[in-house]
Amino acid sequence: MIRLVPRDQTSAAWQIATPLLAVLATMIAGGLLFAIMGYDPLAAIRTIFWDPLFGPAAGYSRPQLLVKAAPLILIASGLAVGFRAGIWNIGAEGQYIIGGITGAAVALAAYPAEGMWIFPAMVLAGALGGWAWGMIPALLRNWFGASEILVSLMLVYVAQRVAAWMAFGPMKNPEGYGFPGSRNLQQYPAASNPELIAGTGAHWGVVAAAAAVLAIWFLMSRHIRGFHIRAAGLAPRAARFAGVRPETLVAFCLGLSGAFAGMAGLFEVAGPAGQITDKLGTGYGFTAIIVAFLGRLHPVGILLAGLLLALTYIGGELAQLTLQLPAATVQVFQGMLLFFLLGFDLLTRFRIARRIAA
Amino acid sequence: MIDPLSVFLLLLAAATPILFAALGELVVERAGVLNLGVEGMMITGALAGFAAAYVTGSPFAGFLAAALAGAAIAMLFAALTQILLANQVASGLALTLFGLGLAALFGKPLEGIKAPAMMPGPLRINWIVWLGLVMVPLVWWFLNRSRTGLILRGVGENHDAAHALGYPVHAIRIAAIGFGGAMAGVGGAFISIATVLQWTEGMTAGAGWIALAIVVFSNWTAPGVLAGAWLFGGVTVLQLRLQAAGIRVPVQLLSMAPYLATIIVLVLISARQKYSRRAGRAAPGSLGQNFHALR
Amino acid sequence: MTAEAAVFRAEGVGKSYPGVRANDDVSFAVEAGQIHALLGENGAGKSTLVKMIYGLVKPDDGRMTLNGAHHHPADPRAARAAGVAMVFQHFSLFDALTVAENIALGMEYPPPRRELSARIRQVSQDFGLPLNPARRIVTLSAGERQRVEIIRCLLQDPRLLIMDEPTSVLTPQEAELLFATLRKLADRGTAILYISHKLEEIRTHCDRATILRGGKVVDSCDPRAHSARELAAMMVGGEMRPIDRSGRQAGKILLEVKSLSLPAPNAEGTALKSVSLSLRAGEILGIGGVAGNGQEELLAALSGEVRSAPGTILLEDRDLGATPPQARRRAGLLAAPEDRLGHAAVPDFSLTENTLLTAGPRKGLVRKGLIDRAAARAYAEQVIRDFDVRTPGPSTAARALSGGNLQKFVIGREVLQAPRVLVVNQPTWGVDAGAATAVRQSLLDLARGGAGVIVISQDLDELMELSDRFCALNEGRLSDPRPTAGLNLDEIGLMLGGAHGMEVAQI
Repeated sequence: MIRLVPRDQTSAAWQIATPLLAVLATMIAGGLLFAIMGYDPLAAIRTIFWDPLFGPAAGYSRPQLLVKAAPLILIASGLAVGFRAGIWNIGAEGQYIIGGITGAAVALAAYPAEGMWIFPAMVLAGALGGWAWGMIPALLRNWFGASEILVSLMLVYVAQRVAAWMAFGPMKNPEGYGFPGSRNLQQYPAASNPELIAGTGAHWGVVAAAAAVLAIWFLMSRHIRGFHIRAAGLAPRAARFAGVRPETLVAFCLGLSGAFAGMAGLFEVAGPAGQITDKLGTGYGFTAIIVAFLGRLHPVGILLAGLLLALTYIGGELAQLTLQLPAATVQVFQGMLLFFLLGFDLLTRFRIARRIAA
Repeated sequence: MIDPLSVFLLLLAAATPILFAALGELVVERAGVLNLGVEGMMITGALAGFAAAYVTGSPFAGFLAAALAGAAIAMLFAALTQILLANQVASGLALTLFGLGLAALFGKPLEGIKAPAMMPGPLRINWIVWLGLVMVPLVWWFLNRSRTGLILRGVGENHDAAHALGYPVHAIRIAAIGFGGAMAGVGGAFISIATVLQWTEGMTAGAGWIALAIVVFSNWTAPGVLAGAWLFGGVTVLQLRLQAAGIRVPVQLLSMAPYLATIIVLVLISARQKYSRRAGRAAPGSLGQNFHALR
Repeated sequence: MTAEAAVFRAEGVGKSYPGVRANDDVSFAVEAGQIHALLGENGAGKSTLVKMIYGLVKPDDGRMTLNGAHHHPADPRAARAAGVAMVFQHFSLFDALTVAENIALGMEYPPPRRELSARIRQVSQDFGLPLNPARRIVTLSAGERQRVEIIRCLLQDPRLLIMDEPTSVLTPQEAELLFATLRKLADRGTAILYISHKLEEIRTHCDRATILRGGKVVDSCDPRAHSARELAAMMVGGEMRPIDRSGRQAGKILLEVKSLSLPAPNAEGTALKSVSLSLRAGEILGIGGVAGNGQEELLAALSGEVRSAPGTILLEDRDLGATPPQARRRAGLLAAPEDRLGHAAVPDFSLTENTLLTAGPRKGLVRKGLIDRAAARAYAEQVIRDFDVRTPGPSTAARALSGGNLQKFVIGREVLQAPRVLVVNQPTWGVDAGAATAVRQSLLDLARGGAGVIVISQDLDELMELSDRFCALNEGRLSDPRPTAGLNLDEIGLMLGGAHGMEVAQI
């Protein structure tokens, strides 16, 4: 018989080991799944995790790594702050969409003006849009006690419909021959978010993601606000005793993660996506939740986890092309990863002991 | 002119998926567990039910398969939270993400196929709608009048005390999670087998999350869940009617209605629970907390 | 004592946890009709022992018998079936459920609802413990909640009734009533195992005492034949060092609370009703009261967790009523709440991090929002050193400390900030005797240095020992203070609201 003994202190070694174990377990379970579906498991795993970086088409897919990782890392950095405080913003997808729309709105209003101010103004508008969308669940929780989990999630569905409305209505490209979707910002230099260094995939979003990781590291480990956030997540009453107002934290965390998600949305719309469409939300906001957990809510962890999940996106696309693996494979992979991670997490908090013989 | 009876019948049908899922989640939450994976369990049920109905030609076999599939995937959540003591919020999210992915993966070959026809039940109302209505008093009776229901409420209210009295906290919670999964599965299958009549990816469209909100709205009571489900059935039908009537509001804005209504209702009910002293705390005392006993 | 007379008997019972021998070779017997005290300090192994009798924990070795038969219950239900009933210290009640539902959950085969309600009324009448079966637990006082537990036990006709520190939540008068009930029960032939560390009540009411220390039985005696001092020596294993109350003088008024009223924070909480007090430099004011009469709320109002109207709290004429906690600390008003793990400290934080909860402003651990880790660590080390906190070091997590050591850390963290006024709630609750003495002495020393101290406590002996003036909290109202010297237990009982809720009970 085995039993669980709580550790006096969470184990630092296991903190690092469990995400790695989870990735390994996901590969094994994923391989089994592929075998059941009639694919060669080794080929599939190699296509997803190896080929995007080192395979024959790596020249094309390698830059994609940063393109996909940037929004994931940017959003996850913001989410991790709230998750630490026990504030569950699971509507980052909605804040991402709204940030993309408000940011693009600045560009579309300015069109065809030129000027250095346009892109910064778009970034600011994107951040503000995401912030405002995040403040809705924050205020509803502070004023009425409504669950931020449910409200932020509902607002994802609302945001998706706002995007569709924009694409078919107010933001439709007047020169688009009746097709839904806004003007393409990639063809509007003052508003576009181009690749900064050719062949790397690095656009302004990558810069922002790197800055976000640094900012979050500073906040959480050096600043008293970060200390209060961690305290509130672990022992809310102790945080109150220390002088934390829960309402302030809720607004701060949801506002911050909303702003980060909004910025991510804008960088995407102005860069890789290029325009507002009804398919603006591609699931980055949800995948970022996995990134945050897989990175153990730690900035460095999030950086690595963001790159890994970006890899699964690219690898998934590659596997779709070369092995005809269904697109949803990646989603299943990501879900499995979170499952295994949460399961293995036990090892950081408990020791497994043999039951003492009677 | 809109015939009120036919509108009511539409409302009943629109409310049924949410009614099943919310009744299941009600029992889960009364046992002290917050399972945010309802959406994932519903979509699993929607797919499994549709597939089984298509293969066997029997919609009822489909619903049975949906219940089993919902319960089965719920066991992943049960294993994580009750055995491995993982965080319930994160595990529920994982269940939803995983369920959506799994259903999308295995549902590909079924796209574009039509569901076998269902025989209507008494009063030309679907049997499953009837079953949902019958489940309301059954769940009420179970929670408030049966011995097992009393123990389940005890476990949800104060798991330490229940443990001290010798009740198996984890076993009871695992059983409740399984029931919740089965109910969510049937609710999801109602969408694919009886409403849309085919399989499309992501077809539950947030119904699982609305069900979670309805449990809050119900103040954790079975009759409250029925009222909530009907309210949302009403909003959905109204929105569809307005669309059909060609009202001059963009379709995209109209289709927000169920989600906005969920938020509004959630706010109203939360405010009542927060500010009214008489309403008091209605949520189970141990909701969302994991239990670990030292031995 | 013959073997046949014993209802319960333990022989050589032992239990180990990783790193701890909780019980070792414990043998004793409880006879029918006897009120048998199990006496010991916190951590002496009392609760492990009763958990084994009640089937919550399985012994590693030794044997137990109940009515001569082997007693090794697999779980509490088996123990109940064998005739063991238990009233827990922290009630095992379900707040949102009714009295009848709670009692039904404690029975194996409860009768139908109506019949059960009738039986509850019957038994509660018989024992003079009136209860309405339809009431929800949330609406009951601590004393009434205990009645629910007791009646839940009585309905099972137990052979052995275990009471775990039952009087800690009762006024002296309520405690008297409890003992009358227990005696009535013992006279009907029930064996009662009574766990406590309160020496006086054991001397007055118990027939036999088994004393545990470090998991072992150190003595067994007739408590009526020994003085409290002798019992204490057996329990602690040596004479207690008396504490030094000397050298204090009341100075000018430091803290004034004027008509402080606050609504109850939640359905379970208590509203504060026009609380007024004044505290002088060098003075210790004791505030007594039965649990749940506004102690936590008063501490929260003074610490700043809950803000009150301007003008209600004055520290050296500075208005702090609407001031947040850190600003109050800067001004010199400090507090240490009752709940060590989760309120006074974050369990998963290291001791270094836990200093940052309160010591930031006065110790310069935080500057312009930036944390000075080295300073925090140095302060944690200072607290550990000066207050003799037994721990591997400042990076140990708070939850890894024993209750007594963590309490010393929490009190030390506040005392070493040199407060003008320190407010503490239950400073020695659940703490071993050595740590309790250290904590009390540090509060006296603080007052000697010219600070004012408010001690909120449910332990009357502690309040009598420490405080210069005494007042009582009852349903959120604070009585007028009385000088502690010359106050007797009956008067205190009345101040605590001993009469409250008792008239009905004494029919």
